[in-house]
Amino acid sequence: MAITREGMTVSQVQQEPDADKKAFHEQLLGFVGVQTGPARLAPDEVNIPMIRHLVESVGDKNPIYLDDAAAKASRHGEIVAPPTMLQAWVMGGITPPPHPESYEQMNRLLFSKGFTSVVATNCEQVYDRYVKPGDRLSMTTTIDSISEEKTTGLGTGHFVTTRQDYWDADGNRVGSMLFRIIRFRPAAKSKPPRPLPATTHDNSWWFDALKEGKLLIQRCKGCGELRNPPHPMCASCRSMEWDSIEAKGTGSIHSYVVTHYPVVPSFEYPLPILLVDLDEGVRMVMNPIDAAPDDLQIGCKVTIEVNKCDPELSLPFARLAK
Amino acid sequence: MSNKLGRTAAICGIGATEFSKDSGRSEMKLAVEAVSAAIDDAGLKPSDVDGMVTYSTDNNPDVEIARNVGIGALRHFSRVHYGGGAACGTIALATMAVATGAADVVVCYRAFNERSGRRFGAGVQDLPNAATAERAQFSYTSSQGLLTPASWVAMVARRYMHLYGATSEDFGRVAVAMRKHAATNPAAWFYNQPITLEEHQQSRWIVDPLHLFDCCQESDGAQAIIVTTPERARDLKQKPVMIEAVAQGAGKDQWTMTSFYRDDIAQLPEMKIVADELWSSSGLTPTDIQTAVLYDHFSPYVLMQLEEFGFCKRGEAKDFIKNGNIELGGDLPLNTHGGQLGEAYIHGMNGIAEGVRQVRGTSINQIPRVEHVLVSAGTGVPTSGLILGVDR
Repeated sequence: MAITREGMTVSQVQQEPDADKKAFHEQLLGFVGVQTGPARLAPDEVNIPMIRHLVESVGDKNPIYLDDAAAKASRHGEIVAPPTMLQAWVMGGITPPPHPESYEQMNRLLFSKGFTSVVATNCEQVYDRYVKPGDRLSMTTTIDSISEEKTTGLGTGHFVTTRQDYWDADGNRVGSMLFRIIRFRPAAKSKPPRPLPATTHDNSWWFDALKEGKLLIQRCKGCGELRNPPHPMCASCRSMEWDSIEAKGTGSIHSYVVTHYPVVPSFEYPLPILLVDLDEGVRMVMNPIDAAPDDLQIGCKVTIEVNKCDPELSLPFARLAK
Repeated sequence: MSNKLGRTAAICGIGATEFSKDSGRSEMKLAVEAVSAAIDDAGLKPSDVDGMVTYSTDNNPDVEIARNVGIGALRHFSRVHYGGGAACGTIALATMAVATGAADVVVCYRAFNERSGRRFGAGVQDLPNAATAERAQFSYTSSQGLLTPASWVAMVARRYMHLYGATSEDFGRVAVAMRKHAATNPAAWFYNQPITLEEHQQSRWIVDPLHLFDCCQESDGAQAIIVTTPERARDLKQKPVMIEAVAQGAGKDQWTMTSFYRDDIAQLPEMKIVADELWSSSGLTPTDIQTAVLYDHFSPYVLMQLEEFGFCKRGEAKDFIKNGNIELGGDLPLNTHGGQLGEAYIHGMNGIAEGVRQVRGTSINQIPRVEHVLVSAGTGVPTSGLILGVDR
């Protein structure tokens, strides 16, 4: 009889291991077959009160677990424990003992590659016989298998399967369990895209040019005045005719802030933001590249480059002059 | 040429709800309570009201308030744009209505659950995009993460510090004064909770150079103010509070909170327009003002307003505010109710009410011998201001 309790569904993406990955896996395989520590003795004999707690909590009405008469009439001839309690009899309680050293050695090796997170994926139990009140069980743990590096929706790591064998006082096996976890490096959380600008007939051309890597400055065709941000009419001569020039990409910091709160998930904080005087005489808000907040100073020269932030958004960024 | 609105109208009633972080009731209910309280304060009947003015950002339609309170027919209703910049603007429109006979009794109101509902401190991060000029105002700042009022003000404040040598401690002195005044005002959220300059300096960064205590509260509450003719006001329950002058102003190259493209961003030219109009239309000068309510959503703008109104020269506000000069007992006590940093953020309307109390002589932190009180509205946006005075 085998019962499988399904853990979480994990989509596995097979990846061709490179030489390093292969070598690391070889190292891990050195732990396969190792029995981790001595047998752990159950704190209590198999007993009626614990059986009662379990069957009541899961709603198992089978009379052979609690009703003497029904149990006697069954093929067991006496009360037996529900087989799925196998693991429960030997559990470590509210403060479980530390993992044996050999198991921790394997963990440390996994941690060294950043596989620090853990999720239990599934377990399978096999029963050799029913256990019954009065049995005093013990358990041994053996590392059964360690997978190659796998990538799942959670991240990249190795599936580690241990086998727990459960023994009675006479040294006969009563059942065993395969217990699988994945030790993984959490996938980097993808940041939501930056807030998109509201685009209108009057400004969409400017943002479109940024997407092509160009930082443009609107120029009045009537009087030649440069203006930014874009708008439809020249405030100096009221011409609505305009073209644009490409910015040289040089300027200086007019003012700046370092935002800490509220935290908007599209950005990393503390988030510095600059108001930059372009050498052409217009002003723009932009983020600095590779600048610590302490580096910022009003008047500091910058060079400007256009970078893609998100699929739908490119923006000018300022690099501080050394 | 200055406007001719001065002394054509008076404030005859004020009413408010409690100020809280979670009112537990609808914005409409808050509005109705405040309007009803103001009508009672004035000694009017609801049916006397024939005009209503509020902010374009208010969620409570004037006619629905009128239906609730038993206000009958309306002859004037209007709304003022630009958030807190609308505060004294509502009084300006009410004054125009009263002065021209468009209405006799106008209720100005503002009601919101600004803390338990949508928080203005969140800025524009949660506003839906739209292909409108109104929304596109923020297109040149939002993608860079400059999304909140604190961040917009901080950009101006940094430049102001750079030009005039003002420091975070100078901003802190404003916050300390406001919290000191709130500490003795039972209606203030920060009643009995003064802060020290050291606590200001240690409060966390919101947007460097602004600490937490440089930023006003977010509040639930409502405030209503009633404007009528001076003649009518004299027949009512309260001592009339004359509107000596009232004005609105938008500056050259004006944006909503992000006027970053002017030659000099460390000024408030919109407030200068208001100031010039108030002084020239009333014939008053800064020395005629015993106490002022200067809009304090963020402390740096209090310094800049002192300069725009001419209480000190440009760049010298940091010296003007030293040694408790803007606290009770100083030359110009500011925001004696505790301001929006200390009492509550009711979008400036609670500041007008405090101006009224100072002229009536009923403020919890009453200044002796008040003749004239200056009140300003939201800074960084198209704005407004007024001078209240004793009826003579």
